[in-house]
Amino acid sequence: MELNRRELLSGVGKFIILSGAARAALENASGAPGVDSQYRMAEHWWGMTIDVGKCIGCGNCVRACAAENGVPKGYFRTWVERYHVSGADLEHPQVDSPDGGFNGFPPRQVGGKNFFVPKLCNHCVDSPCVQSCPVGATYDSPDGVVLVDEKYCVGCRYCIQACPYGCRYLHPTKHTADKCTLCYHRITKGLTTACCEACPTGARQLADLKNPNDPVHEFLRSNNVQILKPYMATRAKVYYKDLDGAVR
Amino acid sequence: MKRILGEAEHLVRLALVAAVLVVIFFAIRRAVVPVGFGKYGHYRAPSLDDIRARPISFAGHEACEACHDEVVKTKVAGKHAHVNCEACHGPAAKHADDPFNNQAVKPDPATLCVRCHEADAAKPKSFPQVVSREHYGGSGCGDCHNPHHPNGV
Repeated sequence: MELNRRELLSGVGKFIILSGAARAALENASGAPGVDSQYRMAEHWWGMTIDVGKCIGCGNCVRACAAENGVPKGYFRTWVERYHVSGADLEHPQVDSPDGGFNGFPPRQVGGKNFFVPKLCNHCVDSPCVQSCPVGATYDSPDGVVLVDEKYCVGCRYCIQACPYGCRYLHPTKHTADKCTLCYHRITKGLTTACCEACPTGARQLADLKNPNDPVHEFLRSNNVQILKPYMATRAKVYYKDLDGAVR
Repeated sequence: MKRILGEAEHLVRLALVAAVLVVIFFAIRRAVVPVGFGKYGHYRAPSLDDIRARPISFAGHEACEACHDEVVKTKVAGKHAHVNCEACHGPAAKHADDPFNNQAVKPDPATLCVRCHEADAAKPKSFPQVVSREHYGGSGCGDCHNPHHPNGV
């Protein structure tokens, strides 16, 4: 086929214009089915409050999270730790967490200070995991949730190493990084997270820091509130009430 | 052509080649960068919709209470007033969507109650706890206690 310069140039020009138009049409048609358009990301800033004094270590949150999110066995988006701080050695607490607390804890009566600490992704404002992702697969959503784009993740595990709280894992079959989404598919529908829904004592509460009527503001004002590893300057948004200094 | 541009013709040719290269660069960029990348930040914006579209398995206590108002009335005066239905009954979104074809789970009190109420030093002192072997051996909790209203016996 003979192609002179004029035809080639006009052909290339048409291709560029048409592909641009097709792309613009695609972008306008975005929006997955089943997504409520009433939700406004700019009006929310999500976090969680945890009242350590209410946690009974039943493991309901761990099981609920696994059921809601299909977390593979042996991996955890949330888990519960049992601390034992003996009177003599405050710096070295004994921590156990059999199966992440999935089946609760074997009953134990020992002296010293004993308590449970539920853990999950802290949805940091300055997340080390987001900063370390080389491809833009993990990100802070505009409403303050740290999420993973599993179609874009290359499974390099940088984020897993970067998280100072150990909240991430490599999904054994998808081979992408996986973590707590703060039940983003629920909270954007007006529901609470699966772990909060299943918690029998209300130790965990989903918090919307942009909602002026959310009890989180009173919680933060009138309690002794800590975040985990504040010296990492992650600006974590999971707030623990009455957290023992031994907790790491 | 030569008469109009004069001595600058070779520069115009260079500029045209440069313009074509720039256009090709942007065309390749459009083809390679996924839709919506960079809309909110250095990530693919439609990923938010992908995550939001995942199905739920916990219906939420409001959905349960819409039908089971008799249980709500029993619960409201008891110690379990603030325990959500699915804390014991497990995820029930399928049951809430289609109650006739999907039965909700009736948990077995013999294994359910001790998960919370078996005594442990790490549990808050104010939380009601029993050593199940000594409390009432051999029988299920449900023989004496009503799980929806467990006050007293």
